[in-house]
Amino acid sequence: MTLHSGEHKKIHDLHPEEAIAPGSALCAGCGGLEGIRLALKELGENVLIANAAGCFTLLSVFPFTPFKGSWLYTTMAAPVPAAQGVRDALDIRREAGRLAEEDDFQVMVVAGDGSSADMGLAPTSAAIHRHLDFLYFCYDNEAYGNTGFQLSGASPYGSATQTAPATAGHPAGAELGKKDLFEIWKAQNPPYIATVSPREPIDLSNKFARARGMKGARLFLCLSPCPTGWGFDPKETHTIAKLAVDTGIFPLKEYIDGQVVHTRVPKKRVPVENYLERQKRFRHLFEPTRQDEVIARIQQGVDSYWAHYE
Amino acid sequence: MNNGKRRMLTGNKAAAWGARRAGIEYVPAFPITPQTEIVETLAQWFADGSLKGRFTNMDSEHSMFMAAGAAAATGVRVFTASSSQGILYGLESLYTVTGWRVPFVMVNVSRALATPITLEPDHNDVMSTRDCGLVQLHAETCQEVLDFVLMGYKIAEHSQVSLPVLVNMDGFVLSFSREPVLIPDEKEARQFLPSFEPAQPVFNATAPLARASAVFGGGTYMYFRIQQDLAARHAETVFNETAKEFGERFGRFYEPVERFQTDDADLVFVMSNSFATKGKAAVQKLRRQGIKAGLLKISLFRPFPAEAVASALMGREKVAVIDQNLSPGVGGITYPEIVTALYGRPGAPKKILSVIGGLGGKDIRENEFMTVVDKLNDPEEKGPVYLYDEKDWAQFQALAKIARAEKGGP
Ligand SMILES: Cc1ncc(C[n+]2csc(CCOP(=O)(O)OP(=O)(O)O)c2C)c(N)n1
Ligand code: SF4
Ligand SMILES: [Mg+2]
Repeated sequence: MTLHSGEHKKIHDLHPEEAIAPGSALCAGCGGLEGIRLALKELGENVLIANAAGCFTLLSVFPFTPFKGSWLYTTMAAPVPAAQGVRDALDIRREAGRLAEEDDFQVMVVAGDGSSADMGLAPTSAAIHRHLDFLYFCYDNEAYGNTGFQLSGASPYGSATQTAPATAGHPAGAELGKKDLFEIWKAQNPPYIATVSPREPIDLSNKFARARGMKGARLFLCLSPCPTGWGFDPKETHTIAKLAVDTGIFPLKEYIDGQVVHTRVPKKRVPVENYLERQKRFRHLFEPTRQDEVIARIQQGVDSYWAHYE
Repeated sequence: MNNGKRRMLTGNKAAAWGARRAGIEYVPAFPITPQTEIVETLAQWFADGSLKGRFTNMDSEHSMFMAAGAAAATGVRVFTASSSQGILYGLESLYTVTGWRVPFVMVNVSRALATPITLEPDHNDVMSTRDCGLVQLHAETCQEVLDFVLMGYKIAEHSQVSLPVLVNMDGFVLSFSREPVLIPDEKEARQFLPSFEPAQPVFNATAPLARASAVFGGGTYMYFRIQQDLAARHAETVFNETAKEFGERFGRFYEPVERFQTDDADLVFVMSNSFATKGKAAVQKLRRQGIKAGLLKISLFRPFPAEAVASALMGREKVAVIDQNLSPGVGGITYPEIVTALYGRPGAPKKILSVIGGLGGKDIRENEFMTVVDKLNDPEEKGPVYLYDEKDWAQFQALAKIARAEKGGP
């Protein structure tokens, strides 16, 4: 497929071709799947995906693969080192005259938030430090999804997971906050970081288009509404994703040339309640008794984030 | 033939020279005593241009083995090395990449495992990789280290094997001891081992591949696992072919097991790695005393050369399997493998004794081989026998006394 250059302005500008075929073992309405679909439209076929254990491991189940490019399943902690090995080998072959121009490809890690924020973080930090030339797509469903939705380092305060359930003694459910991977990655000053949402395809596509031509570690955090784990009807995925942006809970931004730029700033932020109340994982904040304190703390977190930029 | 040069080399340097003569292109590395000298030497050679390709400092052994496998799957000749805690830390990746069926060679410099933490050698580290599908060659001398690395690539890259090969040497005893080692001439090495021509498809954009996809239903899983088993088993044939070619070219002949004066022996020590040298010296001494001893050294540990082991031990009266490793609650780890190889065969030894010795750098002294002989001759002794005597006990008591004194005890 031929790739566009230049900014996309309307949905019609997006590539009509798909680099990922429909029909996989992932759940209906999986927000992360929509995110990677859009990303691959922009990146094209010449991509090898190094995958970490997680929901997306089920994209390629023998003897099928939905990808036009290559796939390598690794482990939960080591998709990035696999990307390192592949990239190094390609560079070695190129220098030795054993890699035809058309045989080169981009290497993209596809990992969940649990892998990214927890056991895969040290290897990722090391790869950024080594200036590894790779893309990183983290689909963030805010828990260990594949094992049945347990607490990960990216589970937000106030959400209920299987291992941080909401009880009378623990009305918030998850009492820890979400690790800020964007800031953690940023501390190492990679050439490009972006947050993306499947509900903002033009923003997402432009970000991948920008990163495509760059070298070095280019990292993406894709908020991935998860009907199964978050508890909503699959047809609501886009509503939830939109609310995440409109409430200001999930800021769309990029880090480029040492600057953080917000690419969509909600003009008037919708109260977080509107986002929370639609999801079963936050139901305990509303019934049987309303947890005003917890809701207020979530709202406060959002407000204080944006206060820095207003 | 033999137009190489002879040098005094440590086991670590011999490993590095083996890798260099194999024309390696990629080393993902992580330091650990007593292995570090290997990757330091290679780093120097990549830095000064003696080796072409990449040397990448990794962040852990888990990452290192993953990068090694991924690079091999992308079509370059890979070498790496580790030891002890590094092997344990990387074990998940080792299982993963053996399942990818990619060829590379790694050296393990055996060191005992924590706890207690120590730097000194035994074989629990390499035994932990026993079941993960690596082909394993265990070296007695620094020359064997070099030779096994070269042979290792030939075996690993064979189209019907396609598995990583682990070459084992003992920490300190080999890693830091200089021995005369013949470094093969570069041209000769290249003739024996031409540049890497991957037998399996490697990653290329024009021919995309899905590798290591998930499987469902035990049948598919089992299919791939049986394939791995067949490949590993076939590696014995490939080892023999490779050893023959290597011997003809370089004049050093290797077999899956080495029989040292076993043919007429009444009692045989089964050993591996560098302490086999001590065992051989003990055999010679015993022979001078009129005791018909022999030694069987296991060089090819995976695949396990059961036939070769059995044919060497059949007709021998008594066998002592000396394990420098320990599975608490079981004893020596290779002991059951030797027993299994002999099970039900006519002429199997009447007594097969499990002996545990040389853990964590403890020596096996000459007199301790005599102890083993006594235990073999003692009809009451069922084993396992610990090579840990009064002297060792007294030494520990002296330390324990200090430890108690520090706490104000007696
Ligand atoms: C070393 C290791 N520990 C545990 C697991 C079990 N496991 C598989 S997927 C997974 C959750 C991964 O979470 P995340 O990265 O967020 O991806 P998701 O499942 O949400 O897609 C876990 C814990 C594993 N595969 N490997
Ligand atoms: S559990 Fe959630 S993230 Fe995982 S496949 Fe289903 S919808 Fe997607
Ligand atoms: Mg997750």
